[in-house]
Amino acid sequence: MQESPNKYDPHAFLRLIDLTKTFGELVAVNNVSLDIAEGEFICLLGPSGCGKTTILRMIAGLEQQNAGQIFQAGKDISRLPPRDRDFGIVFQSYALFPNLTVAQNIAYGLENRREPKKAIAERVAELLELIGLPTVGKKYPSQLSGGQQQRIALARALATSPSLLLLDEPLSALDARVRVSLRIEIKHLQRRLGLTTVFVTHDQEEALVMADRIVVMSHGVIEQAGRPQEIYRTPATPFVADFVGVMNFLPAKAGTASHQVQCGSIVFETAEVHPFSPGEAVTLAVRPEDVRVGVAANQNGNTAQAQIDEAEFLGSFYRLTLSLEGMEEARLVAEVSNNRMRDLNLNAGDKVPVQLPAALLRIYPGKTGYK
Amino acid sequence: MMSVSKSSLATPEHVIDRQLYRMKVSQYIGAEGLLRRLLFVLIALSLFAFLVYPLILALVRSFQNRSGEFVGLANYVAYFSSAASSASLNNSLYISVVTTVITLLITFIFAYGLTRMTIPWRGPFRQIAQLPIFIPSLVQALAFIYMFGNNGIITRMTGINIGLYGKVGIIMSEVFYAFPHALIILVTALSLSDSRLYEAAESLRTSSWRVFWTITIPGVRYGLLSAAFVVFTLAITDFGAPKVVGGNYNVLATDIYSKVVGQQNFEMGATISTLLLIPALLVFVLDRWVQRKQVAQVTANIVPLPPKPHHPIIQNAVFIFCLAVSLFILSVYVVVLIGAFTSYWPYNMSLTLKNFTFYVAGVQHKFGVFVVLWNSIKMASYTAIFGTIVVFASAYLIEKSRGLNLPRATLYFLSVMPLAVPGMVKGLSYIFAFNDPRNPLYILYGTMALLTISTILHYYTVPFLTATTALKQMDPEFEATGESLEAPFYRTFWKVTVPLALPAILQIAMYFFLNAMVTLSAVVFIFVPGKELAALSVMLLDDAGETAQAMAMSLLIIVVGFAARGLFFLATRGIERSTQAWRGR
Repeated sequence: MQESPNKYDPHAFLRLIDLTKTFGELVAVNNVSLDIAEGEFICLLGPSGCGKTTILRMIAGLEQQNAGQIFQAGKDISRLPPRDRDFGIVFQSYALFPNLTVAQNIAYGLENRREPKKAIAERVAELLELIGLPTVGKKYPSQLSGGQQQRIALARALATSPSLLLLDEPLSALDARVRVSLRIEIKHLQRRLGLTTVFVTHDQEEALVMADRIVVMSHGVIEQAGRPQEIYRTPATPFVADFVGVMNFLPAKAGTASHQVQCGSIVFETAEVHPFSPGEAVTLAVRPEDVRVGVAANQNGNTAQAQIDEAEFLGSFYRLTLSLEGMEEARLVAEVSNNRMRDLNLNAGDKVPVQLPAALLRIYPGKTGYK
Repeated sequence: MMSVSKSSLATPEHVIDRQLYRMKVSQYIGAEGLLRRLLFVLIALSLFAFLVYPLILALVRSFQNRSGEFVGLANYVAYFSSAASSASLNNSLYISVVTTVITLLITFIFAYGLTRMTIPWRGPFRQIAQLPIFIPSLVQALAFIYMFGNNGIITRMTGINIGLYGKVGIIMSEVFYAFPHALIILVTALSLSDSRLYEAAESLRTSSWRVFWTITIPGVRYGLLSAAFVVFTLAITDFGAPKVVGGNYNVLATDIYSKVVGQQNFEMGATISTLLLIPALLVFVLDRWVQRKQVAQVTANIVPLPPKPHHPIIQNAVFIFCLAVSLFILSVYVVVLIGAFTSYWPYNMSLTLKNFTFYVAGVQHKFGVFVVLWNSIKMASYTAIFGTIVVFASAYLIEKSRGLNLPRATLYFLSVMPLAVPGMVKGLSYIFAFNDPRNPLYILYGTMALLTISTILHYYTVPFLTATTALKQMDPEFEATGESLEAPFYRTFWKVTVPLALPAILQIAMYFFLNAMVTLSAVVFIFVPGKELAALSVMLLDDAGETAQAMAMSLLIIVVGFAARGLFFLATRGIERSTQAWRGR
């Protein structure tokens, strides 16, 4: 997915050009280029070890890249130490200074700039207000909950009004509930301040909810970059399809027409035209919630008879495991709402027609290792 | 389930519920439970008999006169009313405070260089820094006399006499003696810093000076306190160095010795012992408190800070400092080595082996040195074997028993208490307890068994805490699984716990052995002729003016210590191969 740098927007606020970083034998980041616009909220998403944190740390100057350049606001910052760059950073472990009070923590960066005491006190009060914790200034970090500590860390990072905010898995150490409420708060705050933000996470839901643009990474390279809906609807690679959301991968062959794919003895029509020659091995992918269960036979085509092997109850919906008649080698997972299950009166063992809507099918070359 | 509101209490059902709730359900104890309880009682009784009871006798004695009548605080009044006698308390406090300050300064710079800077030779520096552990404090003092005494080699070479005898010599010896102990603590503290804190500070554009004072120092403050307590305790309780190099400068430990051995004044000995016990106890309590805070501070997911290059001037200065300290430590070894083979330092520097045939109390033994050394090796081996068994078994009982909370707490308290009791105080209390024909344990007096018991209890706490830590790291479900498989607890103990803990067990045995080889204060009051120990004979030889022979003996102690370390290393490697295979990755 690499493209040459000259195709990038020269007015981008933050430009990463051909960044490479190795740790001994390991190539953590492999020739990555990315442009980030001013005010944009970017999520670097990927499994652990994919290089996303390394990129963040190179932007901060906490790691030095082996090759490549970084421009911020038109200025080459590739070789600058962290202290000469302009950013605020929040770590997963909060990294609050345990021996300083909340107010002293937030004031820390301002004091380094030798600002007058009164201005510092005002700024600290303003920030405490901003993060919704106006009364905790005199407390020590250990007296606060994880979510509160992370907000303090955010306030400390914002105190000097940096033009770039770097967030390294800031929500991963928190409880599920706190995580959900804090991610909305961070998003609102970011939008209000119009602050360019790079957010590293391995949680696809976080990325989908928060990002203006998601950059999915694997093994040190960018797999796909795009708006959350794009990433989810049209994943560029099986890896992205599998990592973001749940996907059925069905082994298939390219059909005789360029909009047909054959799974076993079933021929499916696809909305997109594929470039494969007839009979070539491909993989057909469809999201479980896109499988329409209980349609009238042959309605709009792409239908097949299925048997329900298992029906798992998951609270708000059912997950069905289906075997399709004419396709023995794979099984299909479908998600069906409670209402629909009741309306159709479905149970494990029943036979039911299913439809794979042509517009929602994806085709990938060859066989994939994903299930 | 038992949410009981006041109004509902009136109804009979709830009354019954409440009664059911209150009923204590005691589990069937069974043979195993009995065995556990029996072991608890046995260990607690031993600790009482060999630790608490003698101390009580010493304390009581300090309120009595020579004929055993109660005299209230008369002994204490007598001690404080004469400036000459009460000097020892002031001197002890002065020595200990100065030693603590100097040691912390030296150790902190050294530890900072080892852990935070990219100076060369960090590995060798770390190894050399541990060397003083192998030398008894009185040997260090002897070496200093050879170097800086009135006829010391450095004094003669430079013409500068630093006035070693007295507080200068004591402080030098105590700093040297305490250095490796403090270093371990500070190296650990400095290694446990979270690099994210430093990165956060860096991204906030903080000067290195401010980082040092707002992150580095606060980050190690508990380590600094802990190290200060350890150094203070070592300095105030040490007997060997002040005995050899103190001259007329009286400290509490030597004061106890001269009152008891010189004047047979047991009451005053007991009184001064109590005075020595107070600061030691105080520091002990403070240390426990600080350690509890420190544990709370260390979180699980820290990212360790790698050493970083500092400003070249600072880095070079620290490197030279570490080099100087290391060379100084090595030179002490060299002096002992040469001194042991020298006819009459520094006048006749010809080499000789005659220092290794020695006499004490006028009796010449051809191989006397080796007889005494063998005594020491035997005693140290007994201490290592029995000490390890007792310590590990009692740590296991305390750590891995369900219920029995009061006995466990009691036993834990008794097990950490020995650290607070200075060796001289404990030694004196043994005279009161075991040199008394009315005591049934009198039969132990003058035996190797009592020397061993005294040494085990003197060094009990550190191995106990090591064992407790090792046991805490083990999954508590092992015991439950064992029980569910109907294995008696001693089977799980033997088959699972002991093999898993073998590295810790070896470490404990090593600690006991090395310390038993060099201890003086735990045995100085209870040895009898024929049962002289190596470190003790160094003192006796020095007292008799046979310094060269004392040096020879010292060298042998050091050699045995190294040999034991070597064996320990080989054993650890072998055992790790056979029982620690599960650690493999």
